Amino acid sequence: MGLLLCERCKKAQATFHLTNIDKSGEKVEKHLCDRCAVDEGLLQVHKPPVSAVEILESFVAGAKRGGAAANRVCEQCGISYVEFRNQGLLGCPHDYDAFDELLAPLIERAQDGTAHHTGKAPRSLGAQRTPQQEIARLRRQLNEAIAAEDYERAAGLRDRLKELEAV
Amino acid sequence: MSSPLDHVARRAAEWLSGGGPMHEIVISTRVRLARNIRGYHFLSRADADMRREIAETIQAAIRKADGMNEYVLVDVEALDELDRMLLVERHLISRQHAEGNGARRVAFDPTETASLMINEEDHLRIQVMRSGLQLDAAWEQINGIDDALDARLEYAFHAQYGYLTACPTNVGTGLRVSVMLHLPALRLTNELEKVGQAAKELRLAVRGLYGEGTEALGDFFQISNQITLGRSETEIIEDVGQTVIPKIVAYEQKARQALLRSRSAALEDKIYRAFGLLQSARLMSSNEALQCLSHVRMGLHVGRLKTVDLQTVNELFMQTQPAHLQKLQGERLNGEQRSIARANLIRARLSRN
Repeated sequence: MGLLLCERCKKAQATFHLTNIDKSGEKVEKHLCDRCAVDEGLLQVHKPPVSAVEILESFVAGAKRGGAAANRVCEQCGISYVEFRNQGLLGCPHDYDAFDELLAPLIERAQDGTAHHTGKAPRSLGAQRTPQQEIARLRRQLNEAIAAEDYERAAGLRDRLKELEAV
Repeated sequence: MSSPLDHVARRAAEWLSGGGPMHEIVISTRVRLARNIRGYHFLSRADADMRREIAETIQAAIRKADGMNEYVLVDVEALDELDRMLLVERHLISRQHAEGNGARRVAFDPTETASLMINEEDHLRIQVMRSGLQLDAAWEQINGIDDALDARLEYAFHAQYGYLTACPTNVGTGLRVSVMLHLPALRLTNELEKVGQAAKELRLAVRGLYGEGTEALGDFFQISNQITLGRSETEIIEDVGQTVIPKIVAYEQKARQALLRSRSAALEDKIYRAFGLLQSARLMSSNEALQCLSHVRMGLHVGRLKTVDLQTVNELFMQTQPAHLQKLQGERLNGEQRSIARANLIRARLSRN
């Protein structure tokens, strides 16, 4: 089909071709490059598995991009966000709050999209999970039940989730 | 060069006994928990005084904790290089811990099943090692140790992120589950690559004999979880132990049977040749020993070798390493001297059986 340019960015070669029938029954064709197809939500990017090393490298790469937030310093240990990203290690427990909105996306990426602890907790906090943790755990189980087409279990989980979220 | 660790080199850690489920392919199971103490900086921002204070605090808790009165406490900072290397070879401390700076210690139980590294990357790293695939038992034991210390220490914990760790990739449970696999048949049939690929797709890490940062060496593969947050400890253990590992074990078994059927002469040649080398060589490098012991280990399980037992072979994997050889010999050895000592040790151990 020769070299067809992406009709959206008009720069890259169109590699994604879609033929649709619109409401009036007319044939509508779309020719996009991969990037624009992703932007329009027509193409899913398959994310390759991420290793701990890659995650650390992405921390470091992010540090080089800089930005105002990256200059933030933890008032308790004195580490800056840039320093953390250069060494891959945080300076103190408080950093998780001090850099929360910067760390959260990195942690989510490293942890397969979840950012809520659902496991054990110190005895001093009581053996009970916080409602937030319980909701996160149930949601994940619900997704798994749906993926496994176990709809009976999914219905039960959904009901418990509704109860918890109503509180 | 006597040191308090001299006797350690002579005995065998319990996790090398060669028992436990799937022991013919699963060498060992390891679980570890990363913990930090509230009120202190992580180690990258802790000065020498703070490091010492952290070490003292944790050591005092271990001394008083239930069920830990027989633990051996070692000041890693005060050890010479050889003793540190010995602890690394025994998997009681990591390379990072051996090569670190400032106050750092290790405590381990007399069977060397449990070890507690103080001031490694985190203030405290608890580890439990067991022979074969024993994830549930290992979790039960480490959970008990963690509870006993939790009663005496205040851990850094966050409502959303769970146990806080110096590196955000460990946050949440702080749990790393690793299973050491012996996969010689998959290597001989060039299928190891596929196993590695499949493990990576399941978000599991594949490493070598000595954990993080080491290459998969010879026929040994260590598989561990990468996800530490958002799944509970028991879920993480199930992910590794109930789905992935049994499949790889079955795959290796199938490969061994296939080799026995279609290429038995080639397989037997590898096994007997390795055994012959171990029984006769006068100079043996550590890589050669590793490869020969690996083939002999497989030979035991496919019923081709009957004059040697699994525990002896497992122990030789450890005792033929440089620090162990020098400890057993009682003197410093250069490379060639080590090759001689290694060949002598192996010959002696194999003829005793």
